[in-house]
This record gives sequence, structure tokens and C-alpha cells, in this order.
Amino acid sequence: MSAVTSPQETTGSGRQALSPPAPGPAPVTMAAALNQALADSLAADERVVVFGEDVGTLGGVFRVTDGLAARFGDERVFDTPLAESGIVGTAIGMAMNGLVPVVEMQFDAFAYPAFEQVTSHLAKLRNRTRGRLALPVVIRVPFGGGIGGVEHHSDSSEAYYTHTPGLRVVAPGTPGDAYRLLRQAIRCPDPVIFFEPKRRYWSKETTVLTADGPPIDRAVVRRPGRDVTLIAYGGMVATALEAAGAAVEEGWDVEVIDLRSLSPFDDQTLAESVCRTGRAVIVHEAAGFGGYGAEVAARLTEQCFHYLEAPILRVTGFDIPYPPPHLERFHLPSTDRILDAIARLQWEGDNA
Amino acid sequence: MLKEVAVTTLAHPREKTPADDLLPSATPLQLIDQDGRPGGNPDGLRLPPPDVLRELHRRMVLGRRFDAQATALTKQGRLAVYPSSHGQDACQVGAVLALRGQDWLFPTYRDTVAVLTRGVPVEETLSLLRGEWHCGYDPYQYRVAPQCTPLATNTLHAVGLAHAARLRKQDQVALAMLGDGATSEGDTHEALNFAAVWKAPVVFLVQNNGYAISVPVAKQTAAPTLAAKGIGYGVPSLLVDGNDAAAVYAAVRAGVERAADGGGPTLIEAITYRIEAHTNADDANRYRGSEEVSAWLERDPIARLEAYLRAARLLDDDAAGRLAAEAERLADDVRQRLNIDVSPDPADLFEHVYAHPTAALERQRAALFAELRELAEAEEPAS
Repeated sequence: MSAVTSPQETTGSGRQALSPPAPGPAPVTMAAALNQALADSLAADERVVVFGEDVGTLGGVFRVTDGLAARFGDERVFDTPLAESGIVGTAIGMAMNGLVPVVEMQFDAFAYPAFEQVTSHLAKLRNRTRGRLALPVVIRVPFGGGIGGVEHHSDSSEAYYTHTPGLRVVAPGTPGDAYRLLRQAIRCPDPVIFFEPKRRYWSKETTVLTADGPPIDRAVVRRPGRDVTLIAYGGMVATALEAAGAAVEEGWDVEVIDLRSLSPFDDQTLAESVCRTGRAVIVHEAAGFGGYGAEVAARLTEQCFHYLEAPILRVTGFDIPYPPPHLERFHLPSTDRILDAIARLQWEGDNA
Repeated sequence: MLKEVAVTTLAHPREKTPADDLLPSATPLQLIDQDGRPGGNPDGLRLPPPDVLRELHRRMVLGRRFDAQATALTKQGRLAVYPSSHGQDACQVGAVLALRGQDWLFPTYRDTVAVLTRGVPVEETLSLLRGEWHCGYDPYQYRVAPQCTPLATNTLHAVGLAHAARLRKQDQVALAMLGDGATSEGDTHEALNFAAVWKAPVVFLVQNNGYAISVPVAKQTAAPTLAAKGIGYGVPSLLVDGNDAAAVYAAVRAGVERAADGGGPTLIEAITYRIEAHTNADDANRYRGSEEVSAWLERDPIARLEAYLRAARLLDDDAAGRLAAEAERLADDVRQRLNIDVSPDPADLFEHVYAHPTAALERQRAALFAELRELAEAEEPAS
């Protein structure tokens, strides 16, 4: 189990019965935060079941479900046969019969066999039945690169899902938000594709884990700034914050927005920021062509055109299949590439 | 001694079901033969009681008339498309009547008569094919999942629902309907496998009607029968005469009882035939001969059961006449209900995409309504 103790466990302890101290901030990894979110969801709602490949005895290849089968039993947390369409297809049937399935796809690229169940059924059944059939299913998908994984282990597949109406698509960028968003996703009446940035599983944040705070469909400003809005999600949030820090030396005051919810898109928060700064850069690991950033750039251009000082730029992976480990550093957006993009935003004094 | 040790090392531990218990019979099980004579090849299946046999007959007659009326309505443009159940009447009626009230049906687009037989009202049954809305009925009211068009995907939903029932200690069985073509899809494989591993209370009914649109079963599989595939998953299987309503009913009933008793899934292959083309838009002459169709018309499931009922004095001319009149009343009702023009509300387009429409969907709805208002104003005669 994770090192973080949930409030309910603390208050349940006899030793602290007199005046249990409010749990203070503690360092927690994203993997531990996700584990705690699953544990707290399983404890809070008996309809919640967690299943997938290796999530039981092993605790998941990234240990996100570590200890859950032992604590909640193999009728709540269980291994399935190795078949992703089977996992999502049966999750749909379970949700039809009153359960709240939280399933794991082991890696981004291994979720593709489930795509038909996701797009033809999970996303559409509420609509197809005029709201009679709700499917509160969460599909956890470890996504993205930067971990030295061989092929098929580092895809950024978010645009396939954001292009599908009926799905919510979220991606946390910090451990605290990983906990919050997963709790919110499990409580959400809509199906949620929950993207977990693999490269940040072991990054730590000193925080109190709580489901309170910004709701599931809102973006948050991670770093306020006046000159340019830097938009990121998942694994790129930390990279964007690094770039914003480095930009200070160049004299740019960069605002960093963590999208959190890729679909639906928080137009309000984003348009407010971009109309104020007049410049924007969107960052993601996925290929740029037809990618998620194209939608962000298009929407914000439509909404902020008269405030823009420069075209909205994208810093993305190249339009190539994900490269082998020895080459991935050339592919992934870096702080340098982000700073280069910021430098191209038609600043006063530029000759361009 | 050495040999035994080697074998032990090679076998991974798991529960084993004796292979012989899983295999289907060599020939299709039959309770009433093609000419209406009892006996056939029951092999453990029991002939249903007289009231059930009469109800099987009645529902098939009603279903056949409904089916003919629906086909006629495609020609008048009242239905966008209709995949006929004609010929597969015994499978659809027999299977549905074998379910208990608490059980769930997971039908495909071919199974409209099954949906009707489960008690879904006419216009709700035909909403999909009429083009009004994708699913016209409340799945929870009838315990009927939306008719499924992507082949075999519904089998996994059935397994999930059944497994949830087991986890929640509810006595519910799911019936997954699929065709011969769907047995080639990966989801069928995954569903049989998951169901077997989980011992989920599911009955899989494969209506083998000989063709997946135009592709014959011989091009679909090299397996001896589709039922024989069950052994690969550890699922006991039955091969039945799909034009014998009594046999289909008895086989599905046996599967439901086994599932409800905790015995896990059953795979049933019912050999039948699609008398009409794939849909009204298909030309069956391109892939099959009329002699083949004529031969199957001779094996008509309704005529067979009627011959049995008359010989057993369970049906006489009066009762048959009353049933024919009931069927005509149903056809009239279908015509009347389907001849009413439908105008689904465009606002519904945005209503059930999410539990609550997103801000973006609200804007799109407002834009569509503005467009409709402009159109309406433009169409108003100049004053």
C-alpha cells in the first residue's frame, strides 16, 4: 500500500481518538496517489470493481493496484484473461448491471483491441438508449513515452478518444491531481478514459490527497504569467513548468495551464488566459498532424483572434511512429523546443 | 516412472473439465422431426409441456406475420431497412420463451422477432429500423439490450452483465444471440473464454443460418461444427435443429438452468436458414440457388410444430383460425403505427451524449436552433 494515509483511516485509529491531527502534506508519488484513489473508491462505494491484466496478485505492472486484491478480495479486484476487448466489453455489461468498473489497459498501445467496444458501445450507449443506459466505466490507460520503453509501450493515443463524442478524457499532471481526478472519474456518470503519464508515475509531490478542488472538467492555472499561455497535460505539465522557469531568464513571464480534461475542453479558462496574454503555445508528446493540439489551436484562434499577437504554436512529437529508446530524446518535446516556440511569438522588436 | 514425472512438470495447475462432457452431439438434436413426428434425436432434451408448445407455435405465427409486414413496410419506405427473421422463427421464439423474467436478452439486428417476443411494443421494437432513434425501448423495462449491429460485440456485454449478477448474488442469466459469421469475430472468442473462466451465467445461441450475408459457413470456419468450438474454452456445447422450436426451447432452457445453478456458460449452435435475403437491400440470387431455398421451405419451423400439435390434438381448425385472426390484427396494428410520420426532436441530438450536455454542446444546440428559425422564417410566404 502507499505511504499516504487517508483521512478516514487516520480517524479510525484508537491511538488518535482524542484529537486526530488533520493529515498534513506528505510527499507522495503519482503511482501511490492513484493507488490511494482506487483504495478509497473501493472503500467508499461497494459497486466499484477493479480489474484487468495483472492487477490482482501482482498489483499491476506499474504497481498502481498494489495491495488492493489482498485488502478488498478477489470479487472486487481481479485478474482477467489477456484480452482488452474482453475487459472493456465485460465492463460495459457489468455497468449495465449496477457495478462501477475501473479497468486497466496495461499500456497505451495495448488498448487498441478494445477500441471497437469503446467507440461503438461505451461512448454511445447512453445516446443510443436516450439516456436510459448510463455506463460509469473508467478505463485507466498508462500513456506516453520517456521511460525507455521498446515499441508499443510509449504511444500517446489521446486524440483517438477525444475525437469520440460521449467519452470524457482526462490526464493528470501531478500526484495530487491524479488522486483527485481518479476519484472524480470513478464518481462520474459518464465513461472516462483516464490517461496516466507513465514518466511521472514516480515523481513526487508534497500534498494532501483530496477529491475536493477543481471539478473533473476544469483546467487549472499551474503558474500565473502575463506574456504567454503555455498549455500542457499529463507528462508535459512538468516539462512546461520547467520551460516557464527557464523563460524568466529570457524575460518572459509564462502562464502554464494544466488542461486536466482533454474532453470536454475548458474553453472558459483557456480563452480567458489566452485573450489576456495574447500568445499561446500548446505542448504534447503525440504527433502534431491531426493531433489534439490542432483542436486547441483552432478553438482558441476562433475565440481569441482579436487578442492574439501571434499565431498559436504547437510543440509536439514528430509525425513518426514512436521511436526506439535510444532515439526518443530527439522526438519528445523539450524545454528548449518550448522556449524556441515562445521566441517565435512575434515579440516587439522582432524583425519578423 | 520417469515418464510420469515429466508429464507432471509440463502440466500447469488448473481445473479440468473432462473433454467428453464438452462436445456436442454428432448430429443436431431434435425433439420434433421435419414432418411433425415426435422423437427425433432428443439425447437428454425433454419435450416441453403442451402449453409451452402451443405458445411456441402462437408466437412463431405472430412473429412470422410481423416479419412479413415489416418487410412490406420497407417497400413503402416506412422502414429504412429490415433484416428478416423468416426461417429463423424457431430460434428466436424458442430461445426467448426459455428465458425467465429476470434474465436478459442480448439480441442482434437479425433478432427483431426475438425482441418482439420478449414483449417490447411494436413501435419501440422498430424504432431503430424506422430510423427514428437507435434504440426505441428501455432496456431495463424488458431486460433486452439494444439490438447490436457490430457483430459479436454484444456477447461480451452479456458475459459482463451475467458476471455482475453473480458478484451481486442475483439469480440472472444472460442470453447472447449471434450468427455463424459472428463466430469468426475476436469478441466471440473472448466472450466464451471470459465466461468459462468466470463461470458466468450465460447462454450463447449461435443461429447458424448458413450465410454471413453472402459468405457460406464453409468459408467461415474449418471447425467440424460451430458448437464444437466450445471445447476449446471449456464450455459445454449443444448442436440442435434450429427449425425445431421445441428443441431450441429445451436446449436454451437447459442452458439457463445450468447457468442459474452455478454451472457456467453453455454454447448452443442451432442449424437454421435465412429464407429472405440479408436485408431488403440485398440480392440473394447472387450467392445461392432457389432449389436450396425451396429445400429449406420444406423444413418450415411453423408447419412442423403445427403438424405435431394437430396430431397431438393440441390445435384444431378453430384455434388455428383464431390465431390467424390475431396475427392479422397484429399486422394491422404494425401498419397503423408505422404509417404515422415520426418527427424526432432535433434537440434530442444533444441531450444524451453525456449525463449533462457540455457547454460546447449547448452552444451547438443553440446554433442549430438559430439555423432552424432562419429556415422557418425564409419559408414563410412574403406578406
